[in-house]
Amino acid sequence: MSGNTEFRLRSHPILTIEDRPAVNFAFDGQPVQGRAGEMITTSLFANGIRIFGHHESDGAPQGIFCVNGQCSQCMVIADGMPVKGCMTPVAEGMDVRSCNAAPELPLDEPRPKFSGTKTRTVDVLIVGGGPSGLTAADELGALGIGTLLIDDKARLGGKLTLQTHNFFGSIEDCYAGMRGMDIAEVLAADIRKHESVETWLSAAAVGVYADKKVGILRGDEYILVEPKVLIVAAGAREKSLAFPGCDLPGVYGAGAFQTLVNRDFIKPTDRLFIVGGGNVGLIAAYHALQAGIEVVGLVEALPSVGGYKVHQDKIKRLGVPIWTSHTVLRAEGADGVQRVTIAAVDERFSPVAGTERSFDIDTLLIAVGLNPIDELLITAEKYGMCTLAAGDSHEIAEASAAIFSGRIIGREAAKQLGHDVEIPDQWHQTAEVLRAKPGDTVALPEAAPQDLDKFPVFRCDQEIPCNPCTEVCPVNQIKIPGDSMLGIPEFVGEQCTGCGKCVIICPGLAISVVVGSDPDRQTANVMLPWELPLGDLAKGVEVETVDADGDVVGRGTVTKIKLFKSADRRHLFWIDVPYDDRLRVAAFRPMAGERQDQQGMAEAAHYAVTLPGDDPIICRCMRVRKSEIIAEIRAGVRDMNQLKASIRTSMGSCGGKTCTDLILRLFREEGVDLADVTLPTTRPLDTEVPLGIFAGIKEVDA
Amino acid sequence: MGMTTFDIAVIGAGSVGNPAALFLAQRGVKVLVIDRCTAPGQGENKAAIGGVRATHSDPAKISLCLQSVEHLSTFQEVYGRDVGWKPGGYCFPVFDDAIERTLKSLLPTQHRFGLDIQWLGAAAIKEVVPGINTENLRGGTYSPGDGQVSPLMYADACWKEAVQHGAVYRFGETVTGITVKAGRVTTVTTDKSAYSVGAVLNAAGAGARRIGALTGLDIPVQPDSHEAGISAPVKPFLDPLIVDLRPGPDGKTANFYFGQNREGQVIFCYTPRDLFIGEDRESTSEFLPIIAQRLIDLIPAFRHLLIRRVWRGLYPMTPDGVAIVGGVDGIEGMYLGVGMCGQGLMLGPGVADCLASLIVDGRPSIEESVFADLSFKRDFSAARIESLK
Repeated sequence: MSGNTEFRLRSHPILTIEDRPAVNFAFDGQPVQGRAGEMITTSLFANGIRIFGHHESDGAPQGIFCVNGQCSQCMVIADGMPVKGCMTPVAEGMDVRSCNAAPELPLDEPRPKFSGTKTRTVDVLIVGGGPSGLTAADELGALGIGTLLIDDKARLGGKLTLQTHNFFGSIEDCYAGMRGMDIAEVLAADIRKHESVETWLSAAAVGVYADKKVGILRGDEYILVEPKVLIVAAGAREKSLAFPGCDLPGVYGAGAFQTLVNRDFIKPTDRLFIVGGGNVGLIAAYHALQAGIEVVGLVEALPSVGGYKVHQDKIKRLGVPIWTSHTVLRAEGADGVQRVTIAAVDERFSPVAGTERSFDIDTLLIAVGLNPIDELLITAEKYGMCTLAAGDSHEIAEASAAIFSGRIIGREAAKQLGHDVEIPDQWHQTAEVLRAKPGDTVALPEAAPQDLDKFPVFRCDQEIPCNPCTEVCPVNQIKIPGDSMLGIPEFVGEQCTGCGKCVIICPGLAISVVVGSDPDRQTANVMLPWELPLGDLAKGVEVETVDADGDVVGRGTVTKIKLFKSADRRHLFWIDVPYDDRLRVAAFRPMAGERQDQQGMAEAAHYAVTLPGDDPIICRCMRVRKSEIIAEIRAGVRDMNQLKASIRTSMGSCGGKTCTDLILRLFREEGVDLADVTLPTTRPLDTEVPLGIFAGIKEVDA
Repeated sequence: MGMTTFDIAVIGAGSVGNPAALFLAQRGVKVLVIDRCTAPGQGENKAAIGGVRATHSDPAKISLCLQSVEHLSTFQEVYGRDVGWKPGGYCFPVFDDAIERTLKSLLPTQHRFGLDIQWLGAAAIKEVVPGINTENLRGGTYSPGDGQVSPLMYADACWKEAVQHGAVYRFGETVTGITVKAGRVTTVTTDKSAYSVGAVLNAAGAGARRIGALTGLDIPVQPDSHEAGISAPVKPFLDPLIVDLRPGPDGKTANFYFGQNREGQVIFCYTPRDLFIGEDRESTSEFLPIIAQRLIDLIPAFRHLLIRRVWRGLYPMTPDGVAIVGGVDGIEGMYLGVGMCGQGLMLGPGVADCLASLIVDGRPSIEESVFADLSFKRDFSAARIESLK
């Protein structure tokens, strides 16, 4: 390997960095190097290029946004043709140009010949090869039902493939305790066993038509598929947030970040800030830390994070400041984000003057929730197709829930086709439990077994659907009271073997095991998990110990580090701590001095809460600002189609995928009842497709 | 009951109703516009591709569309609102003898009614239509005065301007009754309200027949539907709108037409050989593969266009393919501006101007004898010679 590797991950505690052949191409005439199979924008990021063009209307720099083919901010000109950089692989010798204006058509094209459009029928078409699509396909395959599964990515698994952390739920229902990326492999292998299941990768459903056909773009071929049952398992897209500077390069979605880091092995940032304390934001922070990226902080507007508390706790213990009841005020920077300013919010979520803080950063992730990708679903239902929704397309929930509920949808499809197949009642109950939002936080018992030499300590204090610890204990002494996996696990026995299996499997990193206590010498030895780069950590090294909330307890000394093969890349650390600390120590981190300035706080800027001229972009494609939309709303407009006509919102490339939600929020902020708002009409196509592909171009006349 | 009173109720805020409201309001008429949609131009108006040509064979249509061209091309100048006007004309490239003869035969009439149009040889057409496939190209007509607007921008601008001139719009209301007393219209009732009116203009587009039935009129307007699509912008290269009158080898298309709008987007449509009669507005899987081959066959570089969106809109057709414009014998105060046959956007302002003149001054703004061809009482079964629709 050669070339610029400054922005590529060289090692990762969980991921195996593949060494792929170099691909040489040019960006705006300068030689750059990518890797075989990677997308144009990934290669550009790897070369430190984060601006792919400038908007024609106002010259605003355009950077990455969704990395998911949903928006069009990464449009570049590749060999003369406009393409989405995040969906188009680099090729040797490719001439990539930044997109600064509408591209020019090469008018001297020869006349091609056409082969026409292929059509095919299938019993079940599944759009989306993520968790729910895969398990639906598995059920259908097991019944021998003809199934076509398509996914717009080159690999099955959907967003599972980006998840380096261990999953929740139960082992039996959804592979709890395994890493999401590995679950993807298992599920993909499952469907390959079925002869009746055919898979098309890099194939996108671009429209459903009134004649009940689904148009699929597969590579450079357009195929019309007529299914008896359509399962939409297309997942979710990230919600956006409007604030001044939200359109700067470097402000993008947490999912986009995970794609760059965990799929593409890119280190896109040195100093990261995250907006949103749902699971997506919390996990993105953890993924960043795994990749050696400093997380400067995370803001959440609510008084507590919305994601699993264990996800929050594990990043807090690693030193990430979490600002609850705070919001992002603005992002600033010349050609990309360089600084973020946050402020506390009052009960009505209005920023409180005088509470602003600014941080120097280079990337700001937006993780403020997900919206179902359901356009195909809504259209297909309108056309009277037999349509089922699975996973996030049905209801936004954890991937573990999607893994399980996909099976129900698969069987539901079989029933629709007339197969006599049972869907056990228990399945619905389990699906319900796995979908459960995090429940109450409970006070954990303080007392520890006084006379035991070895015992686990749980910091699992919130009701979430998860129970693998109860399954792995070799002496069967971890129990969840009652019969629901939502409960809080307890150590019920008197003989812990100190094997560490619960420490290894706990997805929340919420268990420590006290393995040796010496009241006389006033020391104890505590077993703790570690999934980040080892760095200088080694036997004999002093570490900072922290409690469940991430507050410093004291110091400890590493006495042993083990990486069991069965531990799936999770290191076990044994740390000597003062005897009195043994119950409090929940985690450790390298000594503060060895870390970078953890707070990383720039001098708080003395801004008024709202600067005059603060006017965020709402529609990214057409560069429509908030004030223009507010003016229309105040003038009485209630039809979003009218906004298309007057100020051209959602008339651009993405077709309103990002701004529709933001505009609806503006209607709400203006006190408009959303029942009075006419939604924009959705029409094919779902994504832009070259005309030549519809024509079925076969060859070109010489 | 204190019913609100208006001089006229215009039914339909579309390609006829909006300019009619503007012109009437400008003449001091107290106008009410009622539309079942929640914003202007949300019926068939927004489904138009925006071409505005006076290049027709029917004298009435030439006259009306010349007025429309004048109105639309000067809208920004006159009213200060952008309607996306793009000059550039219309070009009908010709590849066979029959179409050449037909188009050439129309030139004298077209010239007589004031249209600037000429026959160009193949080389000149190639200049006007860069990238055109010149195989069998014989030449074509070119009418540089025609042009293009944004249907969305025009509906928006026209509505705002009409309101500024005093017109009152009621969106989201469906007309449920029109009362005629002693041979004259008196009241318009909707699902939400009732209005005392001195006149009614039926400009209800695809819904014209339903509105007519409210006063016992059988207005022969039957919609059929046409599909259209639009690309992402490319650098402006094509000035005129293009109409290719050849039926397609696909057996599905009677002709097709397209243009590049001011934003650089290529917008396109075809006339199906077998019409889709009815009010279905949903896109079919057939359209894109067929139009793609036709477009690329004519301009091969189009293969690289990124297609953004497709849709379908209705052509409110009359039996003879010509609009119905004017008063109604026996119902004083009842006016019709319907049956635009898919050309509402290009006919609308001209039709609206004629109607405004008729309603206010008692006579249309084009030649009376030509105007008579548009009357409701004409014989719709008579074969009309409209060589160019």
